[in-house]
Amino acid sequence: MVKVVAAAIGCWAIAAAVTASAEPPAGAASCTGCHPASTRVTSPVVRLSGLERDAIVKALQEFRAGHRAATVMDRIAKGFTDDEIQAIAAWYAAQR
Amino acid sequence: MRPGRRRFLGLGVTAAAIALRPLPSFAQRAAPRVVVVGGGFGGASCARALRQADPRIAVTLVEASATFTACPFSNSVISGLRELPAQQFTYERVAADGITLVRGTATAVDPQARTVTLGDGARLPYDRLVLAPGIDIRWGALPGYDEAAAARLPHAWRAGEQTLLLRRQLEAMPDGGLVVISAPANPFRCPPGPYERASLIAHYLKTRKPRSKVLVLDAKDAFSKQRLFQRAWAELYPGLLEWVPLSKGGSVTSVDAATRTLVTDFGRHRADVANVIPPQQAGRIAAAAGVADRSGWCPIDPVTFESTLQAGIHVIGDAAIGGAMPKSAFAANSQAKTCAAAVARLLAGAAPSAPKLINTCYSLVAPDYGISVAGVYHPAGGQVAEVAGSGGVSPAEAPRTARATEAGLAEAWFRTITGEVFG
Repeated sequence: MVKVVAAAIGCWAIAAAVTASAEPPAGAASCTGCHPASTRVTSPVVRLSGLERDAIVKALQEFRAGHRAATVMDRIAKGFTDDEIQAIAAWYAAQR
Repeated sequence: MRPGRRRFLGLGVTAAAIALRPLPSFAQRAAPRVVVVGGGFGGASCARALRQADPRIAVTLVEASATFTACPFSNSVISGLRELPAQQFTYERVAADGITLVRGTATAVDPQARTVTLGDGARLPYDRLVLAPGIDIRWGALPGYDEAAAARLPHAWRAGEQTLLLRRQLEAMPDGGLVVISAPANPFRCPPGPYERASLIAHYLKTRKPRSKVLVLDAKDAFSKQRLFQRAWAELYPGLLEWVPLSKGGSVTSVDAATRTLVTDFGRHRADVANVIPPQQAGRIAAAAGVADRSGWCPIDPVTFESTLQAGIHVIGDAAIGGAMPKSAFAANSQAKTCAAAVARLLAGAAPSAPKLINTCYSLVAPDYGISVAGVYHPAGGQVAEVAGSGGVSPAEAPRTARATEAGLAEAWFRTITGEVFG
């Protein structure tokens, strides 16, 4: 019995770890407060899912440097490092 | 226990184990249970994010109302710019994600047995519990202000009937009347909210009852987006809106509902319409669960939002002590997703990863005049701290077209966040 339970928990943990690899990186989940993920939402704010990775990186870097016209994104981009920007961009580029 | 009985029990367990052998059914039984209490921007979002993080988690959402009434943009309802149904959302789509909806009020939590008790006595077992109860009014904290007084001096700080009551009072007020708003000391839900409300009421008076006035009596000397608000007030509402800070006698020490009088150390203000935004605390289940401290709010771990007072219970949104994060819908939503990811990992036996959180809050000073504050946050020193160099408010100098753009973005934000959480 103990072995069965342990094995089952083991399977679950492994499966969960696989799921976890698709987790959004730090910060990414908060973007959908303004950038819709749901296709049922209409907004003038751009959907990030499926955008080119390099385009997201470029936009965030320009917002952060103050080289792109912004309302709030200049203030938000300043809170993210180059590595975090790369990870967020890669994750959104991989979304449908 | 006699040997015979033990052997019988042992056989029983083995038989049960064999009966459970087909792995899918075992996996189903082993599915971890998360109960989320509160179906607002934090709770509903967290429930859905949990299902998204791992569809095997059995998620139950406990909410007393069939309809959620959103606070953001409720100041526009008060000032006649918007109708209440535009603020209301239901839970069909939330349920369609495979979340079990329980209509009821959580009244008690047993952190050792890991159960939530509902008003009807039913008990819900959990492996992890997420509390997103929002705020409760601290009745009695302001002498004279109780639930009966709120029927005459509405707080309108939980949207719904109170919102409509304040609107009706403004509509019934004759031109030349005095509207008094009392703003509480920190912390409270929606830090810029009292000032947006004063602005939009001033807009209503300016356009409909121009001989009237709004007076804000404040228990503070400073507030969110203060310079932007005050600059806009001077431009849009000169002589119509007056703010009295703590140091000038703004702190309301008692109220008299019968005469609509707000009393400060410096005098008495008799209002035609009085909006008392009273002191607040975490929704009452927080105290019942033992996760609220003496402040009335809930200390949390900044990585997982797990209570520092009770293991296995997480607190998000307005009820939590969010450090540098304000008590806003956006913050609650950001915390909900962070917490869901951490809970999913903890249930899987994995270590939670350090999050980054965001807040963005728009305020309307007029229908076509929006301003914002934004921030980025991370765990530091045991708190949710602002990332150095990030965040800030809209520029002090900006053309009216920029303010109009932000007003439009405010509406877009509301459509998006409500669409994401409830749609």
